Amino acid sequence: MIRRHLPFAAVAVVALVAAPLLLEPFRLGLLAKYLCYAIVALGIGLAWGKGGMLTLGQGVFFGLGGYSMAMYLKLTEAEGGLPDFMVWSGVEELPALWVPFANPVFAMSMAVLGPVILAVVLGTLVFRQRVRGAYFAILTQALAAAMVILLVGQQGLTGGTNGMTNFFELFGQDLAEDSTQRGLYLVVAGVLGVLYLGTRQLVNSRYGRLLVAVRDGEDRVRFLGYDPALVKTVTFAASAGMAGLAGALFVPVVGIISPALLGVVPSLELVVAVAVGGRHVLAGAVLGAVVMGYAKTAFSEQFADGWLYLQGALFILVMTLASKGIAGVAQTVAGRLRSARAT
Amino acid sequence: MRISRPILSALLVMALAACGSDAETAASSNEIKVGLLHSLSGTMAISEVTVRDAELLAIEEINNAGGVLGKKIVPVVEDGASDWPTFAEKATKLVRQDKVAAVFGGWTSASRKAMLPVFERYKALLWYPVQYEGLESSPYIFYTGATTNQQIIPGLDYLKEQGRNRIFLVGSDYVFPRTANKIIKAYAAANGMEILGEEYTPLGHTEYSTLVNKVMQAEPDAVFNTLNGDSNVAFFKQLKSAGATAESMPVLSVSIAEEEVTGIGVENIAGHPVAWNYYQTTETPANEAFVKAFKAKYGQNKVTSDPMQAGYNAVHLWAEAVKKAGTTEVEAVKKAAPGIALDRPEGKVTIDGDNQHMYKTARIGIIQPDGLIEQVWDSGEPIKPDPYLEGYPWAAGLAGQ
Repeated sequence: MIRRHLPFAAVAVVALVAAPLLLEPFRLGLLAKYLCYAIVALGIGLAWGKGGMLTLGQGVFFGLGGYSMAMYLKLTEAEGGLPDFMVWSGVEELPALWVPFANPVFAMSMAVLGPVILAVVLGTLVFRQRVRGAYFAILTQALAAAMVILLVGQQGLTGGTNGMTNFFELFGQDLAEDSTQRGLYLVVAGVLGVLYLGTRQLVNSRYGRLLVAVRDGEDRVRFLGYDPALVKTVTFAASAGMAGLAGALFVPVVGIISPALLGVVPSLELVVAVAVGGRHVLAGAVLGAVVMGYAKTAFSEQFADGWLYLQGALFILVMTLASKGIAGVAQTVAGRLRSARAT
Repeated sequence: MRISRPILSALLVMALAACGSDAETAASSNEIKVGLLHSLSGTMAISEVTVRDAELLAIEEINNAGGVLGKKIVPVVEDGASDWPTFAEKATKLVRQDKVAAVFGGWTSASRKAMLPVFERYKALLWYPVQYEGLESSPYIFYTGATTNQQIIPGLDYLKEQGRNRIFLVGSDYVFPRTANKIIKAYAAANGMEILGEEYTPLGHTEYSTLVNKVMQAEPDAVFNTLNGDSNVAFFKQLKSAGATAESMPVLSVSIAEEEVTGIGVENIAGHPVAWNYYQTTETPANEAFVKAFKAKYGQNKVTSDPMQAGYNAVHLWAEAVKKAGTTEVEAVKKAAPGIALDRPEGKVTIDGDNQHMYKTARIGIIQPDGLIEQVWDSGEPIKPDPYLEGYPWAAGLAGQ
């Protein structure tokens, strides 16, 4: 039992104790950002890796969470007035949609419930009709594209292409302070840890085995008397909720939310990250998000002119040499070591 | 759980590696670091790379002349990737990690709005080199491009003078065109002009047949164009094939300079007017030297444009303020900057003390068949910047007060 939890505990100690002590505030902020993406990746690992649902539109759920949080932050700062972007967009009074977001409880709940409700509605419609595989993937991608068009077109309501930025405080804490940022990092790391343990528990439960069975033979599961559509909808909703929560955490950490963060490209980037890390294992998805986030920063700082090529090359390299991602390589190496020790 | 153990160990190693990568070399005492933050990839790269090049030229010139305060200027170049959150992240990196004395960067208003909180939060300096929609005056930004009363309003004055009073507005869907059009509509209402239509398309949009049809049916005297980037290529091509000419329906653009004319194809746009503060053909001694130096460094076929010149000026103006202040310390530089006047390629440029914008001469030009722009009108003297349009009674209420 202790042996089993040892690796997780070691990572937790590094993440919660060593990183805040050793990293400069700016780097810690970046790590917090990668961990936000890792929460989304965990959801993709569950839906795609375990459930076989390739979702190319997690950015939509991430965005719903992020915009809920941003609306709350903008309203607390405006103190009864209008948020800055509404003033320069020519909006004269606060739109009705915005009013309830002044309440922190409502805003935080919507950050998670909004994505969950959308995923349940979408899942019920789609999975009942037995839409799966590439058709499901295309559908989710179209959703991401539509979401961006909607946000850009409604500048007075959403800030348009700019999105929302210039946040000062969260629950009375000055966001510019290093201590606030360190606290936010710990919250993000803690949330990721709890969600990871919870998801792992879920996957190891009866429900998890059913989910894998649906992935590998949906019709057989149906013949056995289970409802695959229900299993898939619940899983999809869980991954959407995680993405929404990640979006809500992302906004105070990074200080901006814009359509550029939730369109087709960022949604694909996250799926790529999960593939690089290894989609068959939950920890692989988390690892992939951190690796790809770190690679993006490192490459773009070192080679400002051609970093995109390096980022692409890394993906192609990992996928051609190790189709099961970094996690697959690690498993193979560990397996070889074990058998070598056994002989 | 034998499976995830190696993976978790890998995570551990990663985290430790990340901790070790932060050994930042402090700037040695005979160097001053500055940041250059433009889009080197993505849809804005075509325009922003040239501004970066002009800024590098200015740094080279200053270093060849002995640097500032006896120190060499060292540029730290970062890529904003045409992505506003990336601009904010890289700005933070330059300010907090590299501890640069100033950052020269941005093009779109969206990128400036994303960077603004970073510079205000950490009390650092941004020099922004592109014309924009006004209604902003951050204490930590110097605006070396035009604000509305130095570009858009002179452009409207020009159209009115030409007797072109029925206008159609076309723009990309983001903050600059929307705010600019809000100002244009207020101007039109006060000056007896008629706005026949107002259409927006997303950045990067290339299908303009519907929009061109709407414009042709409205039969305006002129079009006021705030489209940005690649969209202009498709728009001008389709407008030309619909039968519009520069004589029957001139399209006045405020985001098309020499660099973009090449991309659009001069045969599609020759004869149309543009509004800026500088053209490659502007006749000043400083411009002769600038064009010559730029071509010598980057190639004889290169052109110079207004935003490039504004970026080039920004570096020189900052260096002048540092010399006057005797230090690169931000508050001292801010205090020393007002009133600094230099003879630049566009003519005399003075830093305004009230809003950290520049006094600039407005110029209307016509695009020539050789791709250069010939000036047909100028304001005669530099115009005082008025980002909130306080000197225009019709603009009352636009700033939201």
